[in-house]
Amino acid sequence: MARSAPTAAARVADPIFDVAGVTLRFGGVTSLADVTLQMGRGEILAIIGPNGAGKTSLFNCLTGVYRPQTGSITFRATRTELPVTLLGRKTHQINHLGIARTFQNIRLFPALTVLENVKVGLEARHGVGPISAMLGLPNARHAERESTRRGIELLRFVGLADQANTIASALSYGAQRRLEIARALGTGPAVLLLDEPAAGTNPVEKRELADLIRQINRDLRVSVLLIEHDMRLVMSVATRVIVLNFGQLIAAGTPEQIQRNPAVIEAYLGTGGQAEDGRNPGTDAGGGGGWR
Amino acid sequence: MTFAAGGGSVGRRDAWYHKPDVRRLGASLGVGLVLALVTGKDGRSGHFGSGIAAALGGVRVPSFLAVGLALWGVATGINRYGDEMRRALAPATAARKRVTGNATFRTTSLLVMLVVAIGIPPMLSSFWQGVLVEQVGIFMLLAVGLNVVVGWAGLLDLGYIAFYAIGAYTTAYFTGTLPVQPPIVLNPFLCFPLAVLACLLAGVLLGAPTLRLRGDYLAIVTLGFGEIVRIVANNSDGITNGSRGATNIPHFSIHLLGINYDWTLNSLPYWYLIMVVLAVVVLLFFRLEHSRIGRAWAAVREDEVAAQASGVATVKIKLLAFAIGASTSGLAGVIYASKIGFISPDNFLLILSISVLAYVVFGGMGSLFGVMVGAALLTWLPQFLRDYVPATDRNLYIGAILVLMMIFRPAGLLPARRRRTELSLHDIPEAETVAVPAPGSMGGSI
Amino acid sequence: MNLNEFVQFTILGLTRGSLYALIALGYTLVYGVLQLINFAHSEVFMMGAFGGLIGIQALIGANATLMPVGQALIYLVVGMVFGAVFGAVTAWVLERVAYRPLRRRGAPRLAFLISAIGASFFLQNLAGKEFGRLPQYFPAFIDKSQPVFQIGNQRMNLIQVIIIFSAVAMMIGLDLIVRKTKLGQGIRAVAQDAQTAALMGVDIDRTISRTFVIGGLLGGAAGFLFGMFANVSFNMGFLPGVKAFAAAVLGGIGNIRGAMLGGLLLGLVENWAVLFIDIKWTDVIAFVVLVLVLMFRPSGLLGERLGRAA
Repeated sequence: MARSAPTAAARVADPIFDVAGVTLRFGGVTSLADVTLQMGRGEILAIIGPNGAGKTSLFNCLTGVYRPQTGSITFRATRTELPVTLLGRKTHQINHLGIARTFQNIRLFPALTVLENVKVGLEARHGVGPISAMLGLPNARHAERESTRRGIELLRFVGLADQANTIASALSYGAQRRLEIARALGTGPAVLLLDEPAAGTNPVEKRELADLIRQINRDLRVSVLLIEHDMRLVMSVATRVIVLNFGQLIAAGTPEQIQRNPAVIEAYLGTGGQAEDGRNPGTDAGGGGGWR
Repeated sequence: MTFAAGGGSVGRRDAWYHKPDVRRLGASLGVGLVLALVTGKDGRSGHFGSGIAAALGGVRVPSFLAVGLALWGVATGINRYGDEMRRALAPATAARKRVTGNATFRTTSLLVMLVVAIGIPPMLSSFWQGVLVEQVGIFMLLAVGLNVVVGWAGLLDLGYIAFYAIGAYTTAYFTGTLPVQPPIVLNPFLCFPLAVLACLLAGVLLGAPTLRLRGDYLAIVTLGFGEIVRIVANNSDGITNGSRGATNIPHFSIHLLGINYDWTLNSLPYWYLIMVVLAVVVLLFFRLEHSRIGRAWAAVREDEVAAQASGVATVKIKLLAFAIGASTSGLAGVIYASKIGFISPDNFLLILSISVLAYVVFGGMGSLFGVMVGAALLTWLPQFLRDYVPATDRNLYIGAILVLMMIFRPAGLLPARRRRTELSLHDIPEAETVAVPAPGSMGGSI
Repeated sequence: MNLNEFVQFTILGLTRGSLYALIALGYTLVYGVLQLINFAHSEVFMMGAFGGLIGIQALIGANATLMPVGQALIYLVVGMVFGAVFGAVTAWVLERVAYRPLRRRGAPRLAFLISAIGASFFLQNLAGKEFGRLPQYFPAFIDKSQPVFQIGNQRMNLIQVIIIFSAVAMMIGLDLIVRKTKLGQGIRAVAQDAQTAALMGVDIDRTISRTFVIGGLLGGAAGFLFGMFANVSFNMGFLPGVKAFAAAVLGGIGNIRGAMLGGLLLGLVENWAVLFIDIKWTDVIAFVVLVLVLMFRPSGLLGERLGRAA
């Protein structure tokens, strides 16, 4: 397996993430094997690969849930800052550095309202202390108003402003997804990690999701890193695609390049070459074909 | 954590004795018998069966079995016709909610309660005034403090009374009533901030290394800490005067800016003092609950992993809750020490921590109002029933309340809105939003 | 400190430690299958003591006198059986009343713990109410302090030998059950992954019930032995219970061998400590061990899982 070629294509000019030689093992299972990749500032990078390829493990390494045995991960929030290592930092610290994520199984605060969910994200980094809050000092009241204002703004951005006072668990599935994204955006990230955002959504919701992702990238200037199985979605939003298989990076490039990459096709279809009817990962309708 | 609901443990699954109605009958009759034992006479040491014989003798068995039967009838009725009953009562329930949710209603009830709290106590006997201060008032304050830890942050603290003890002993120390003398002897009022400081320190020292442990471990560690504090107080004759305790702790007094007032053994002025302290604390906590900190606590309670990913510093915020709860307990300790004038390690037994927990659970974990009502009710009731129920049975009922509340109404008597929602979500295993990571993938505690 | 004292306290430590180990096994077994600290296990221990006392008194009366050793040993075994059975019944009822309803509805872990605490206080005070609150003693049908054999200058007496021997026998029995029987397999399976075990056909409810019963048998027997050794009272369970829990945590909660090791270790440490510090501080040792282990090495000496290490 030619490793230098994908690695070369995985480099970018202005990296926001720099992952070098990361290996993650659990007992006898190697989840990530010597993965090296970079994510460019401002891009929408999609990570694809069969189930068990190590995609979520990579996310978890980036957000401090797992600590890889070898390798380094550095993050550079803005061009004017120096890269900082993410290894050994706690999850909430990593969030403060500018990395936000959503989860494969939506993890909202189910008994809080929609607005309260977003506010938790907004208030996490800087907020008034307990004393000011208890005494009802002017700065506390001001902060509360600000938080509500910015929360409504974010909800408007994702299209949930009219349900601000609904209990989160009462939302539809697609709305919950958008709420989770809104909450993540509330933390003011430089990069947003989306873990299978289209899972369980219908085609209409998928289209809206694609629009939302592009809006986040364009209007909010947030880089997006997403794990996805739905090829249509990937092809329509991603600026670059990285392919993992068995914990290894097997390809990197634009969506079109990946579609035609023989190593990728082999990983998905196993027998190499194209299937009988000429279908390959890039054109599989509806996503989730043979590798789901 | 829902397992496949298996059937019974012996015999065929569809045997008659496994039918839910029959099992409910067995359980209800069992409850009847237990009730007979619980309300029966005490047994005598060395005469096994004397208590049981007395409790079950004569007409008691059939009457309590009848009670059990009645319970079974009610339970089966609710089981069969519960939904219909609920539907029939729906308009009444809606009306009630409309009334109690109304802001005017709430303000009026608050005013009424204030009037009662200020106006009624002077009319009571000195015994009841004493009960108001030493039981109702103190434990309402303790319950409000524990509510922050258990109800808002979701941390089970079984050593809560340790901070109560620290507050009391701090008062004893700074008023010069311990074998070791302080650098300067102070008025008990000044012990308030000092006790708060001491408890903050103790809370942080205990909490910092332990709050990242999961729920049950934390509970046991706090229990251990509570016992350590008590045993150390009991054994350190030179510092705390050991099991003899501290005596002659002075009452509160103000001699400042022309105001001259001394608290005495009279309970009434202490009641007003506690009311003021309670009111201030409740106001502060109410604001806290609706601030970003309150939301962060709810977030950590509902999904700690998601809270961390959203930037909440979970350990710090738990520590904050722990410290605030500890300080409140310390405040209560100061008031107690000054009112009674005498403290000893036996005043700070584990059963007190458990009792405060019972008041919080009974009243409604997470609800400021609920826990105050719970504490007031459960401290007043034993005194009210003292001629009918022996004092030694009190712990029996505390234990039963804890178990029964968890089985039938975990959200408490007057639940907090969020808690009620959270607990009802737990009842639905298929709830999409309460997602669970694959076992072992995320190290967070549940 | 001289060698004699050391040997004496070692013997005492092993005796105490054996009892702690028996009780600790109850905690660890239940924790393994339910991830729950069965706070009320101390009352299972206490009920076993009362059970043994009731049984013995029923058979030979409250004022029995010394018997020949052979006969006394038989009654001892009978008493232990009574204790074990009372303990098992108490544990079974506990599981049915305080925990199963919560499991049925998927209650959060906090609820289990609160229910456990409530059950513990209820049982303790019910026993106090029905059996009286004064400490009671077993009839002196056996000469407990009869020396059995000698180590150096120190003698091991009958009750100590009985305790250690019974405890070891029961622990071996438990080890065999867990490793060699279908029930033991079931217990280990549920401890590792309950959902998969259910899919594999293991009856979860029955397995959990039987786990409680086994823990109850051991705890009840320990209660009987403790009662013979010291006395029987309604609140005798609290201190040994917490100490045994500390021992289980020390050895690694969920780990059977860990519970045995932790129990013996704690017993030894408690008694050796008397050589260095005032005896009134020895109770604190268990609490300090508990707090320290949970703070710095929560997985204990032998690690956490019942399924893997048993």
